[in-house]
Amino acid sequence: MIKITIIDQDNKEHKLELQANCGLNLMEVCKTNDIDVEGVCGGMALCATCHCHVESNHDLEPKQEAEIAMLNQCFNINKKSRLACQIPVSEKIDGLTIRLVGDN
Amino acid sequence: MNEHKETEIIIIGSGPCGLFAVFQFGLIKLRCRVIDVLPEAGGQCSTIYPKKPIYDIPGYPKILAGKLIKNLEKQIKPFQPIMSLGEKVLTINKKRNKKIEIKTNKNNKYIAKSVVIAGGLGCFDPRKPKIKNIEKYENDKIDYFVTEPEKYKNKKIIISGGGDSALDWAIFFAEKNYCKNLTLIHRSEKFRGHLDSVGKILKLNKQNKINIILNSEVTGITNNSLTINGKKKLNYDFWIPLFGLAPKLGPIANWGLTLEKNKIKVRNSDYRTSQHGIYAIGDINTYKGKLNLILCGFHEAALVAQSAYKYIKPDKKLILKYTTVSGVNKF
Repeated sequence: MIKITIIDQDNKEHKLELQANCGLNLMEVCKTNDIDVEGVCGGMALCATCHCHVESNHDLEPKQEAEIAMLNQCFNINKKSRLACQIPVSEKIDGLTIRLVGDN
Repeated sequence: MNEHKETEIIIIGSGPCGLFAVFQFGLIKLRCRVIDVLPEAGGQCSTIYPKKPIYDIPGYPKILAGKLIKNLEKQIKPFQPIMSLGEKVLTINKKRNKKIEIKTNKNNKYIAKSVVIAGGLGCFDPRKPKIKNIEKYENDKIDYFVTEPEKYKNKKIIISGGGDSALDWAIFFAEKNYCKNLTLIHRSEKFRGHLDSVGKILKLNKQNKINIILNSEVTGITNNSLTINGKKKLNYDFWIPLFGLAPKLGPIANWGLTLEKNKIKVRNSDYRTSQHGIYAIGDINTYKGKLNLILCGFHEAALVAQSAYKYIKPDKKLILKYTTVSGVNKF
């Protein structure tokens, strides 16, 4: 099991315990745990409704081209910006904290 | 009231469910008007992922989202829907004699006996740069869509953005030497559009047909100039920020319908909203057991046609006819 923290757009902290091999990404983790995220495109990196800021120091998998292109069109981005749908759950993200900021 | 503006059914939203509803209504001889805020039909399939393959449409092992929309447009053609594209529905009001009046941002009034909201994610709004007082200039100086290219002829134009839409329009204007002065501003080092578009824009830049400013953003605006990165000022006539579209619930929230988590609550026996005569199908609705799949939206479209028919013609009995028996009888 791994532990992660998701801070929603109302600033509420959700501490979750997940199976490292659950096969979900963090947008899907939000949806299955009733954390408000739109996830409009279903995880294709084609919208930015699951835009989040990574608040912990984790060495995540680098962004793919589609994610970079989408974040390039958004506002409210910083160096810690990611799309939650592009972060798969794995041992690597144990202890991760993300803050959902959404699109615009 | 112009007769042309009255149809039996109005469908709000031209995504796959909205389009397929036209087909289902057509089979039972009810004519539809389809209204969509975007200038082309297809909703998310055309706007967000036209080139993505879909694998769970029955009968198609794989189909591109854009192609699915083209097929649906062909399928509904016999029923001659009136397509009001590029128009945003602002209000829905029930009138006497079981009529429903819809007003749009183009000052049009449309009348129908029943309305089906197939609004998907709501409206797609352009992403707007976070700049103080930007709204003051939105009417006269800023365009988030290019709808009338002729207005930019011999003008000083600044385009912002680095995706396909920004590149396509920049290339269009640069190749034709359309503007007096054309500048493309992009916030990072590299463009993310199609490779051939990127090649073209760099070539046009070498030919001095377009100025390109990289690693930069517009940070301030006045009537005559845009501020770049808080320092440099550029004179302009029109600014075209093209940062893509983001879904918003929009005016749907104000139509007096019961909502649950930004979705329209419906009865899953007939997809009726909290108001008689007004139905909701596809991604915009919610009910116990709801699945957001195109496939389920098609099912809802078939059922909603039956529901609306019963509402419009309560005294008539509707007998289900199979297309294998009766074919498709065009209007």
